[in-house]
Amino acid sequence: MREEDNILSILNSIPDPEIPAISIVELGVVKNISLENSLLTITITPTYSGCPAVDRFVADIKERLTEEGYNNIDIKFQYSPAWTTDWISDEAKKKLRAYGIAPPVNGTADKGSLFSGGPKVVNCPQCNSENTTLVSQFGSTACKAFYTCDDCKEPFDYFKCI
Amino acid sequence: MELKDALIQYSLRIADSSLILGQRMAEWCSNGPTLEEDIALSNISLDLFGQSRMLLSYAADLKGNDESEDTLAFHRNEREYFNCLITELPNGHFGDTIVRNFFFDAYCYHLYNALKESKDETLAAFGEKSLKEVTYHLRHNSEWIIRLANGTEESINKIKQSVIDIWPYTGDMFAMDEVDELLIEKSIAIDLNTIKSKWNNTIKEVFERANLEVPSIDVYMQTGSLKGIHTEHLGHMLGEMQYIPRAYPNMEW
Repeated sequence: MREEDNILSILNSIPDPEIPAISIVELGVVKNISLENSLLTITITPTYSGCPAVDRFVADIKERLTEEGYNNIDIKFQYSPAWTTDWISDEAKKKLRAYGIAPPVNGTADKGSLFSGGPKVVNCPQCNSENTTLVSQFGSTACKAFYTCDDCKEPFDYFKCI
Repeated sequence: MELKDALIQYSLRIADSSLILGQRMAEWCSNGPTLEEDIALSNISLDLFGQSRMLLSYAADLKGNDESEDTLAFHRNEREYFNCLITELPNGHFGDTIVRNFFFDAYCYHLYNALKESKDETLAAFGEKSLKEVTYHLRHNSEWIIRLANGTEESINKIKQSVIDIWPYTGDMFAMDEVDELLIEKSIAIDLNTIKSKWNNTIKEVFERANLEVPSIDVYMQTGSLKGIHTEHLGHMLGEMQYIPRAYPNMEW
């Protein structure tokens, strides 16, 4: 196994601090791993620019890699291409749903003009009903919107598209 | 003027607007009209702080020495701040906040969309990243404009007054000077005249849905932010925002 692949699998064991059901790799924030001489450089991209979990990403990555014997670690930020929910893998979307968060629906296409895009169907992660209502575009964390299911009456988070 | 100095100044103008509006939005935290709205306003604040940090660190790197995003945020006085005047206006009532943010979000939406094509890599990345977030802010505030302006007699009267009160601060967003000229020539900055017509269209589109009249462009417009000349409100806000780092210099958070 290439050493970079080994590092990737270590990173894949680090849960997202706010959504521990998926790892930071599955979330798509790890953009590059490079090992030159003894310097290990990890490039990450924040989901939202003000996401408070970013500092935790950095601390967690350093801590886990130090445990694995890497001492010379540099963490770089990259803003372009900007993070998009399209980078969340299908596998991770299943995990999100099982965890009770509705995963992003049909990519990033809904960000055209101000009022275009129409209402889209977000299935309830509890009962799978399509009969759900958007309560607020802003939910418990920067990356989520707040919905309610009109059938089972459960409120739930929706991982909104960006 | 050196290119580097122009770039620092241009980055600070954008970063300061996000920082100051972010601080205003943070003042709403725990004071929102409903729990959902409180969370929304705080989320918007968080996005604005994040956007500001990107360009404050860029400006700090360009300045060199011991500058950092923190020294720039906490150790500049009001005359050294270059945020658009509209961003420092007090929150007022909820309608005032929505109108102020709507005017500014529509501006950011078109500015960042254009900035994606900047020849400066950092500014282009900033535009690409921030546009995604600002799109949600603009949609949120547009929906509230429409809702309040089609609401009760009280909400309609209040929102109309908010528009009249805040409109004279919109002209300042489009002011340009030699910094812009130099950077536009290098395809780094955006000619704000090209943004203005797009901004006008967005205002018109939403106001039509809200049955609101777009005020005349001929009213007297406040200006000054390019030179760091502000309303009386900024100093008071900085007094609160900067108190801890100034009272306890070099404190570790």
